[in-house]
Amino acid sequence: MFEKKSGILLIAGVGFFAFAFLSNAVIPILMYRHLPEKTVLEVVNGNVRYQFEDLAQRYPDSFTAAYGEPPSDPEQAAEWYNAKCAEALELGRKVYIGEGCWHCHSQFVRPVSNEDRRWGPVSKSWEYQNRLQRPVMFGTRRVGPDLSREGGRRSNDWHAVHFYQPDMLSPKSPMPKYPWLFDGAPDKPNARGLALMTYVQWLGSWLESYPYYEDFQPTPIKTIAATEE
Amino acid sequence: MTTETPIAADSDLPRHEDLVEERLVLWYFVAALTFMFVAMLAGILMGLQLLRHNPLPTIELFSPGRWRMVHTNAIAYGFIANAFLGLMHWIVPRLTLRPVLSRSLSYFIFCAWQFVVLSTAVGLLMGEAQGLEWGETPVWIDPLAQAGLLLVAINFGTPIIQVKGPLYVTLWYYLAGLVWTFLTYAMGNFVPEYFVCGSSAGAVGGLFIHDLVGLFVTPLGWGMMYYFVPILLKRPMWSHGLSLVGFWGLAFFYPLQGIHHFLYTPIPMFLQYGAVLSTIALEMVVVTVIINFVGTLWGTGGAVLRNLPLRYFYTGIAFYFLTCLQCALQTTLTFQALIHFTDWVVGHAHMVMFGVFSMWQLGAMTYLIPRILKTDWYRPDWCEVHYWASAGGLMVMAGDLILGGLFQGWSWAALQPWESSVNVSIPFWSVRIVAGLVMFFAQVLFMVNFYMTWRKSRTLAVAAA
Ligand code: HEC
Ligand code: HEM
Ligand code: HEM
Repeated sequence: MFEKKSGILLIAGVGFFAFAFLSNAVIPILMYRHLPEKTVLEVVNGNVRYQFEDLAQRYPDSFTAAYGEPPSDPEQAAEWYNAKCAEALELGRKVYIGEGCWHCHSQFVRPVSNEDRRWGPVSKSWEYQNRLQRPVMFGTRRVGPDLSREGGRRSNDWHAVHFYQPDMLSPKSPMPKYPWLFDGAPDKPNARGLALMTYVQWLGSWLESYPYYEDFQPTPIKTIAATEE
Repeated sequence: MTTETPIAADSDLPRHEDLVEERLVLWYFVAALTFMFVAMLAGILMGLQLLRHNPLPTIELFSPGRWRMVHTNAIAYGFIANAFLGLMHWIVPRLTLRPVLSRSLSYFIFCAWQFVVLSTAVGLLMGEAQGLEWGETPVWIDPLAQAGLLLVAINFGTPIIQVKGPLYVTLWYYLAGLVWTFLTYAMGNFVPEYFVCGSSAGAVGGLFIHDLVGLFVTPLGWGMMYYFVPILLKRPMWSHGLSLVGFWGLAFFYPLQGIHHFLYTPIPMFLQYGAVLSTIALEMVVVTVIINFVGTLWGTGGAVLRNLPLRYFYTGIAFYFLTCLQCALQTTLTFQALIHFTDWVVGHAHMVMFGVFSMWQLGAMTYLIPRILKTDWYRPDWCEVHYWASAGGLMVMAGDLILGGLFQGWSWAALQPWESSVNVSIPFWSVRIVAGLVMFFAQVLFMVNFYMTWRKSRTLAVAAA
C-alpha cells in the first residue's frame, strides 16, 4: 500500500488533503454558520458615512467628478450617499489590494504583545463576516502599523497628504508615495484616492468605541476654521 | 539506482533521446532564470523602498507594493515552478523508462505556463491583484492556470501510472505532488474568493499558503533529491524505511498546519493549537528525512567538497534543517507573539525558498546544462563563484533578517512609537540589500555562463558537422 500508486494517489494525494481541508477549513466554516456574510451596503455605518460626507465637503470638485451630485431631497440623498459609499468601499478595497498595502499592514489586533494597548480591542470573528473580507485582509507582515482600528484616528486631510507623500507627515517613512491617487496635488484626490480614504476610514468604524487608537486626538478642524474667520 | 525497474540488457532500454526532450528542459531553465532575474530586480526595488531610496518613487507602474507581489509570484510560479517542470522532463521519463504523454502537449504546456506567469506579472503591475497571499494571480487567470496544472498532471502522470509494481521514492513524491498542486491551487484561489469570508477565509488562505510550499514545492523538491543524490553518490539511499517514514509523515502532517500562518487571529483557538502541534510533529519527520540523506552521504563526505552539484544539494539540505529548527521555535505561541509580522518570517521565507529549493534547482542546472549541451561549462570557476556568492549572500541575508525581526518584535511589544521599529530595522535592511545584490550578481554570472556555454556548444556542433 505504501509504495503503490493507488495508495499514494488515493490515501496521500486525495485522502490526506481532504482530511486537512475538513479539519482546518470546514470546521471554522461550520462554526461561523450563524454569522452570515454582510453585503457591502450593510457595512456602511454612521461613522464611515460621516467620513464620506466629510470627503464631499473637503474635496467638492473631486467628489462630484467621481460620484456626481447628490439628489436634493434629503431622504434620497441619504440613500444616495450610502450607495456611493458602498461603491467607494469596494473600489477602495481593490486599490488596497492592488497596491499591496496588505503586505505592509495587517488588519487584526492580537491578544498579545501589548497590541490591545497600542491599537484597541482585540479582533473578533464577527468583525470579518462581510463581503469586504472575502478574501480576508488579515495580512502576515507589518512594516507599517495595523490598520484594523485606523478609521477615525486621522482626518481625511491627513490621509490625503500622507498618501500623496508619507514623509511629509511621518518623517523618514518607508511607506511609498501614491501620487497617482491624486490629480497633481494632495487636495485633489481622484476617484481611487477618495475610495481608498473611505476604505481606511471604514476600518474599525463598526466598533462603538470608534475611534479607538492609542493617543487619539481629534483634529481640530473647527478651531482652524474659527481662527481663519 | 532504481532497483524496482527490471534491469534488462542495455540494448533493451529505451534510448535517452527517445525519452527526454532535452531542448524543452533547456527552455524551462531559460524561462526560470529569466523570471529569477525579474524577481530579484523586484526584490531590490522593494528593499530600496524600505530604505527610502526608491529610485522610481512617483511612477504608478513601479509602485513598490505591486513589485513586491511580482517578487513573490515570479519566484514561486516563474522560477521555482519552471525549474521543477524542466527537471521533471528529465527525471520522470528516465525513471519510468517512458516518455511523457505527448511531446506537443509538453510544448503547449510550456507556452501556456509562460503566458500564465507573464500575464500574472502584467496583471499585478496594473493593480489587478487578488487579495490572497501567494495567490495574487488576477482572478481571470486562475481558471487558465488551473487548466494548465491539470494538463501538467496528465502529461507526467501518464508515464508514472504506467509503471508496473512499486514505485521509486521520487515517483511517490511526484505523483502525490501533481495531485496536491492541482487541488491546492483550486482550493486556495477559489474557496476564499467566492465561497467563504472572514476567519474561515483566513483558515483556507493559511492552508493555501502552507500547502503551496508544503504540497507543491516540498514534494517536487524532495522528489528530485531522492533522484539526484543517489546518482551523484553512486550508492542507494541509506534507508528505505526512513524514506517511507519521511514521505508518509510529510504527506500527513504538512497539510494540517495551514493555520500556523494566522496564529492569534480570531480563528478558533483549538484549531490554532492543532496547527502548532502538527507543525512540531512535522519537525520530527523532517529530521528523519535529513538523517536519511546524511546517512547516504556518510563515509563519502569529501564528495561534497569536490562535486559542485552535490555541494548545492547538501547545502540546501543543511538549510532545510536550519529552517525547520527555526520553524520549531517560530510556530510556538510564545515565539509567535514576538516574531509574527516581523522580518524573522521574511528571513525564514528567503532561507527556505532560496537557500533550499532554489539551491537544489540551481545545483541540478549546474549538473544538467553541460550534459544537455554536451560540452563542459564555459567557465567552471564561475560556477564556483555562483555557488559561493549564492550561499554566502543567502546566509547573510537570512541571518540578518531573522535577527532584525527580533528587534522589530521587541520594539513593538515595548510600545515604542512606530518609527523606532522602522529606525531599528534600517541597518538590517541595508545589509539585506547588500546581500541581495551579491545574490543577484551571482545569478547574472550564472546566466552569462549559461549563455556562453550554449554559444560554445553551437560552435562545437558546427565544427563537428
Ligand atoms: C513599504 C510598506 C508600506 C506600504 C506598501 C504601505 N504602507 Fe502604509 N505605512 C507604512 C509605514 C512604515 C507606516 C508608518 C509611518 C508612516 O506613518 O508613514 C505606514 C503608515 C500608514 C498609515 C498611518 C497609520 C497611522 O495612523 O499612524 C496609513 C493609514 C497607511 N499607512 C495606509 C496605507 C495604505 C492605504 C497603503 C496602500 C496604498 C499603504 N499604507 C502602503 C508602510 C507601508
Ligand atoms: C517543517 C518545515 C516548516 C515549518 C515548520 C514552517 C513553519 C512556518 C511558520 C510557522 C510560518 C509562519 C510564520 C509567521 O507568519 O509568523 C512560516 C512561514 C513561511 N514559510 Fe515555512 N515552514 C516550514 C517549511 C517551509 C518550506 C519548505 C517552505 C517553502 C518551500 C516555507 C515557506 C514559508 C514561507 C514563504 C512563509 C512566509 C509566508 C508568508 O508570506 O506569510 N516554509 N513557516
Ligand atoms: C536580490 C535579492 C532579493 C532581495 C533584495 C529581496 C528582497 C525582498 C523584500 C524587500 C521582500 C519584502 C519583505 C517585507 O515585506 O518586509 C521580500 C519578500 C520575499 N522574498 Fe525576496 N529578495 C531577494 C531575493 C529573493 C529570492 C531569490 C527569493 C526566493 C527564491 C525570495 C523570496 C521571497 C519571499 C518568499 C518573500 C515573501 C516573504 C513573506 O511574505 O514573508 N527573495 N524579498
